[in-house]
Amino acid sequence: MAPSDTHNDTTKDTWQLAGESYSSRLIVGTGKYKDFGETAAAVAASGAEIVTVAVRRVNVSDPNQPMLVDYLDPKKITYLPNTAGCFDAASAVRTLRLAREAGGWDLVKLEVLGDQKTLYPNMLETFEAAEVLIKEGFKVMVYCSDDPIAAAKLEDMGCVAIMPLGAPIGSGLGIQNPVQIRLMIEQAKVPVLVDAGVGTASDASVAMELGCDGVLMNTAIAEAKDPVKMALAMKLGVESGRLAYLAGRMPKKKYADPSSPLAGLI
Amino acid sequence: MSLSITVNGDPRPIEPGQSVWTFLEGLELDPKKVAVERNLEIVSKSLFKDVILADGDQLEIVHFIGGG
Repeated sequence: MAPSDTHNDTTKDTWQLAGESYSSRLIVGTGKYKDFGETAAAVAASGAEIVTVAVRRVNVSDPNQPMLVDYLDPKKITYLPNTAGCFDAASAVRTLRLAREAGGWDLVKLEVLGDQKTLYPNMLETFEAAEVLIKEGFKVMVYCSDDPIAAAKLEDMGCVAIMPLGAPIGSGLGIQNPVQIRLMIEQAKVPVLVDAGVGTASDASVAMELGCDGVLMNTAIAEAKDPVKMALAMKLGVESGRLAYLAGRMPKKKYADPSSPLAGLI
Repeated sequence: MSLSITVNGDPRPIEPGQSVWTFLEGLELDPKKVAVERNLEIVSKSLFKDVILADGDQLEIVHFIGGG
């Protein structure tokens, strides 16, 4: 197959999320950039079709500050409101109700955090919030621990995507839990995305090679020296990992196996 | 006589008889780009012009910002 054909195959490789079809398997956050111009440039370079956004109080004393929606058009890119900063179910639910009213979207990212140091998910509160939100018609993508049993429970409840961490939020440590992530992928009937932990492009590839449907990241791009360049690197890393997964890697062997034929050796 | 309401945690005097819509416009906020919670209940955008603010109301006005 010619390289251009391979590329065409990649672009046809779509995934389904809550009834919608997406081509890009990279979801990017919009926090920590130096300004909205840089945010927009990085999002464009990443090729992401979905971006996460936070819900916060409007600065009433300075209403003419630039707004995210003026730089990233919600009609062209899917806004995924999150509950970052929420440490209990009630505040997460309250935040997403406001988000739905602000934007009119049902697709949300639920994350209920356990403590400031690790930003690990509080799964008890996460279950509680997910139950209320699903009952109210939200389509819940859920940030969760890398526990396959908890993930199966969240899927049974009706979450539309399971999003375990690969390492603590903002740590950039790479995928620390390939065994758990793979178990979660094997059992899930909804998309599984690694959410948090990616530090550089090879980490994104590792996640995709495990068979993830996608990767969600923010800090790895925003805190790179050149965020726009890193956004493109992440796009390529995700695509390359996905292709490698589809291609099926060679088995690992204990010893060497020559690449040149031995027959005809002088 | 003016009323006193709380907006995003801060007290604020307002003229009586204002709807959520006119209040937002008075703040120079685009009502299409924000969501409003009044006394812990969401105010639907379609009701912005109908809901009249009352003395002691607690308002939260939020919008989308960058986040991960």
